[in-house]
Amino acid sequence: MFPIVRKEVIATNPAVKLFEVKAPLVAAKAKAGQFFILRCNEQGERIPLTIADYNRQAGTVTTIFQEVGASTKILGKLNEGEAILDFVGPLGLPSEIKKHPDPVVCVGGGIGIAPVFPIARALKEAGNYVIGIIGAKNKDLIFWEDRMRAVCDELIVCTDDGSYGRRGFVTDALKDVYTQREGRINQIWAIGPMIMMRVISNTTRPWEVKTIVSMNPIMLDGTGMCGACRVLVGKETKFACVDGPEFDGHLIDWDLAMKRALIFKREEQRALAVVECQGGGCGCH
Amino acid sequence: MSLKGRPPRQEMPCQDPQVRRNNFNEVALGYQEKLAVAEATRCLQCKKPQCLAGCPVEVPIPEFIKAVAEGDFAQAAQIVKSKNSLPAICGRVCPQETQCEAECVLGKKFEPVAIGRLERFVADWEMDKGVEKPAPAPKKGQKVAVIGSGPAGLTCAADLAKLGYAVTLYEALHVPGGVLMYGIPEFRLPKAVVQAEIDYLRQLGVDIQVDIVIGKGKTVQEILDDGYAAVFLGTGAGLPRFMGVPGENLCGVFSANEFLTRTNLMKGYRFPEYFTPVIVGRRVAVLGGGNVAMDAARTALRLGAAESTIVYRRSAKEMPARAEEVEHAHAEGVQFQYLTSPVEMLGDENGWVKALKCLRYELGEPDASGRRRPVPIPGSEFILEADTVVVAIGSGANPMVIKTTKGLAVNKHGNIAADDDGQTSIPGVYAGGDIVTGAATVILAMGAGKKSAQAIDRYLTAQPGEKTQ
Ligand SMILES: Cc1cc2nc3c(=O)[nH]c(=O)nc-3n(C[C@H](O)[C@H](O)[C@H](O)COP(=O)(O)OP(=O)(O)OC[C@H]3O[C@@H](n4cnc5c(N)ncnc54)[C@H](O)[C@@H]3O)c2cc1C
Ligand code: FES
Repeated sequence: MFPIVRKEVIATNPAVKLFEVKAPLVAAKAKAGQFFILRCNEQGERIPLTIADYNRQAGTVTTIFQEVGASTKILGKLNEGEAILDFVGPLGLPSEIKKHPDPVVCVGGGIGIAPVFPIARALKEAGNYVIGIIGAKNKDLIFWEDRMRAVCDELIVCTDDGSYGRRGFVTDALKDVYTQREGRINQIWAIGPMIMMRVISNTTRPWEVKTIVSMNPIMLDGTGMCGACRVLVGKETKFACVDGPEFDGHLIDWDLAMKRALIFKREEQRALAVVECQGGGCGCH
Repeated sequence: MSLKGRPPRQEMPCQDPQVRRNNFNEVALGYQEKLAVAEATRCLQCKKPQCLAGCPVEVPIPEFIKAVAEGDFAQAAQIVKSKNSLPAICGRVCPQETQCEAECVLGKKFEPVAIGRLERFVADWEMDKGVEKPAPAPKKGQKVAVIGSGPAGLTCAADLAKLGYAVTLYEALHVPGGVLMYGIPEFRLPKAVVQAEIDYLRQLGVDIQVDIVIGKGKTVQEILDDGYAAVFLGTGAGLPRFMGVPGENLCGVFSANEFLTRTNLMKGYRFPEYFTPVIVGRRVAVLGGGNVAMDAARTALRLGAAESTIVYRRSAKEMPARAEEVEHAHAEGVQFQYLTSPVEMLGDENGWVKALKCLRYELGEPDASGRRRPVPIPGSEFILEADTVVVAIGSGANPMVIKTTKGLAVNKHGNIAADDDGQTSIPGVYAGGDIVTGAATVILAMGAGKKSAQAIDRYLTAQPGEKTQ
């Protein structure tokens, strides 16, 4: 069992929560860009979540997740002091961190702010000039601004509705950075909702600036055993859990990725109805 | 008794096909005592038994059958278990028709003795009575790690524990058992049977650590550095192969591993009580002709598919699946398209598979496997409608351990290179089962685990002290 040592409610609408979990083996090996898989209870799904932070001394791993479906809702109900049944990782390949001659940009959209943070930190530690861009729908959904600021040489915060920072999408902020810097950017990491990563990839393709995205397709084992996580990259089929989760955004078949994300849509809705069911009458199960 | 006077091979009582195609309960119900004794008396007790040569782990077949015939089931169980530590499993899933039963003298003229069914009977009988807690072996004071908890790992761990080693068994998934748990369906191998074997392992004192992926959370080198005197790698052939045809990434196209893992390990057939979904459409096409394909096709029916079709490149004769499973599949209404293989998967506008474009084949000259090679017939293209496709054409070695273990030699198929004892290129590191042979059988994996346990014991006994920490 893996105890939850800290729980924070980051936002309530939609519900975004932070868990710091005692998982010494995962904490000892975790690197920026990797993920883990957890299972709340005997009936639970195996849920992949990206590592947002780790503390090797304390043996803990931090993750931030949004309650989107049945399984993340059940997870969100757990409290500090309670424990998670299964917790396995770190999985996937770590981000490729090296010193780049020109600035690098780390873009985190919505919940994607969490996984982009350790990447920005690692890039900074490797001696890079790091420009951070974080954005969300509104002020309530912005988190870790201070942590990002601490590891970025510049940080732009944006909200879609202008309730905080600059108004607009992270893509617009990225375009401005690119123009200001006259194209002198070596590499971009973009993590967030699939649509955001797609738009950013399409934006940066003509710039010919390498753009790394972190894919979160449907997963099951997370060890390369099932192929549920197939992603078409260039002409090659890759398993995101072992070959990724980071890939070159310019090579991803986004249409396919977006369709595959919906494979179990109907079942997910049904499961959600069961979780939200207040005890009979609704015909959900 | 003359040969003629002997009773015919006793039929296995089974659930009715029309009923069972709608449930996940075990299909073959097992012999009752009377049937078992009747079947056992058919055995000729040959002076030079041929059946022995057909058993990869050399179960003393005539001896245990004699005990069954005499009604001494406890004795029979002991005899079986002296060589086979997983008889309840092997009795259910071994391809007896190509092993022991293929050699049975009775089979030359009549039907062979149902050795597999008797093995299962004996094991189930013992399990029912409650297996005695094993007496603890004198401690050797050395630690051995076993990676992977399929039949190879389970057997190796059990044997090493019985020899007195402190054994830690590492498993990547949240449940031990390997393919026995995630692959082979409940209706063919009830999970309670596998669980009983795992409980027995715990009783032997084996420390089972789930949720640890070797190569990620820990490496083989770190395990050795932790004071383990030897390591056994039984990581299986878990990497699913795909056909490589266009359209294979369409929604609704699953690897058999995914389809079966969702159903078995995650209990998707009890969704939404269990939260992992598994879906089938109306028409399911399963590509392949092995046990995995049969399991997937029969699972599809049970999940509610109206039609489930096996699409196989060769003919019925070449299908590697156990004969009994093919029979059961037929009885349950699985359809078969032989000498057929898809060249493309076609999708609808939402990216869901809707049909397979297939070619017909004919059999040509035998290939490296000795089976006649399928040759495509030009112009034979046709469309097979399917809204779910399960790819069950085989699996390879998962490279995770191999890539992260310096100096571990592999063969040309990407499997770990090991000798007959399982010795790899690294001293103290042994390997066996599917990770060495490529996808094979439970009994071969078990046999490999046994041999390696013995080899590890010899290796550690030969250098006492040196390895102890
Ligand atoms: C659907 C299906 C049906 C089958 N039917 C039959 C049948 O009827 N009869 C028969 O004889 N054979 C059958 N087989 C084949 C048989 O199951 C295998 O040959 C056998 O299980 C191989 O045993 P193993 O111990 O080598 O590996 P596996 O059973 O594959 O076990 C390997 C274990 O290692 C774990 N592992 C892998 N990598 C790591 C890692 N890095 N760290 C930690 N753990 C790891 C895996 O999670 C797994 O649990 C079937 C196979 C399948 C898939
Ligand atoms: S999640 Fe199963 S192979 Fe990636």
